[in-house]
Amino acid sequence: MRLDCPLCGPRDLREFTPRGAAVHARRPEGETWSEAWHHHLHLRDNPAGRSEELWYHGSGCTAWLIVERDTATHEVFSVRLAAEGGA
Amino acid sequence: MPTLPPETLLAGRTARHGTAELSELPLVPLWWIAPFPGREAALSRALAAAHGVPFPAPGETVRSGDTEIRWAGRAQALLIGPAAADPGLAEHAAVTDVSDVYARLVLTGPDTACVLARLVPLDLRPARFPAGRTARTLLGHMTAQVTATPEGVELLVMRSFARTAFHEIETAMRGVAARPG
Ligand SMILES: [Zn+2]
Repeated sequence: MRLDCPLCGPRDLREFTPRGAAVHARRPEGETWSEAWHHHLHLRDNPAGRSEELWYHGSGCTAWLIVERDTATHEVFSVRLAAEGGA
Repeated sequence: MPTLPPETLLAGRTARHGTAELSELPLVPLWWIAPFPGREAALSRALAAAHGVPFPAPGETVRSGDTEIRWAGRAQALLIGPAAADPGLAEHAAVTDVSDVYARLVLTGPDTACVLARLVPLDLRPARFPAGRTARTLLGHMTAQVTATPEGVELLVMRSFARTAFHEIETAMRGVAARPG
């Protein structure tokens, strides 16, 4: 599997570390407890198929990436920089 | 007063196997430059004014006389050559002296790309990675800054990896040299 880093171009999987669903990068507004926080922390989707994930290009440019891919087929649809509104 | 010449990690060690030659390069002044958010353009102007090189685009190096700058990751570059980085740069970026942080190795000769293909997950053949291109990637299990130069391929690894890097590259050189031509 390869990921097409927006900065580095297509790179081998071994340069990257997965961090899990991109929901990590989308915290609910506010610090006080709410139904939204309950959903954010406890009621995660676990899709078999198209999903968005956070990946770290640690052995490359050190950018955090949002990777849209199919967890069943490993097909990658898009890779974008989390820092540039990708989240 | 006695003068103490700077000593490199491997005392300038060299190795030759087949048509590839590996050498440790002397220490050079190295500056790690990381622009603050939103200051990239101002930093690039300040770099060009003070050192003759702008902030490089991803994968690029820029040279001006004895000064070179290499893209070293998102919002990071390595400035090579000047004994002192212009103090004005600190207004736009974190500037750190990393001269003794890295070991510098260079691999030359026709087998260079073939040897590194065993360790680096990039196509380093000159047609795909010509002189002036640079990449932060892996060398075995080590991260390395890999740069194509007119002489060959230069590798910067953290100083603690100097002997490991030399050993792994030399092992790959032996393997390539042992193959029937
Ligand atoms: Zn990258």
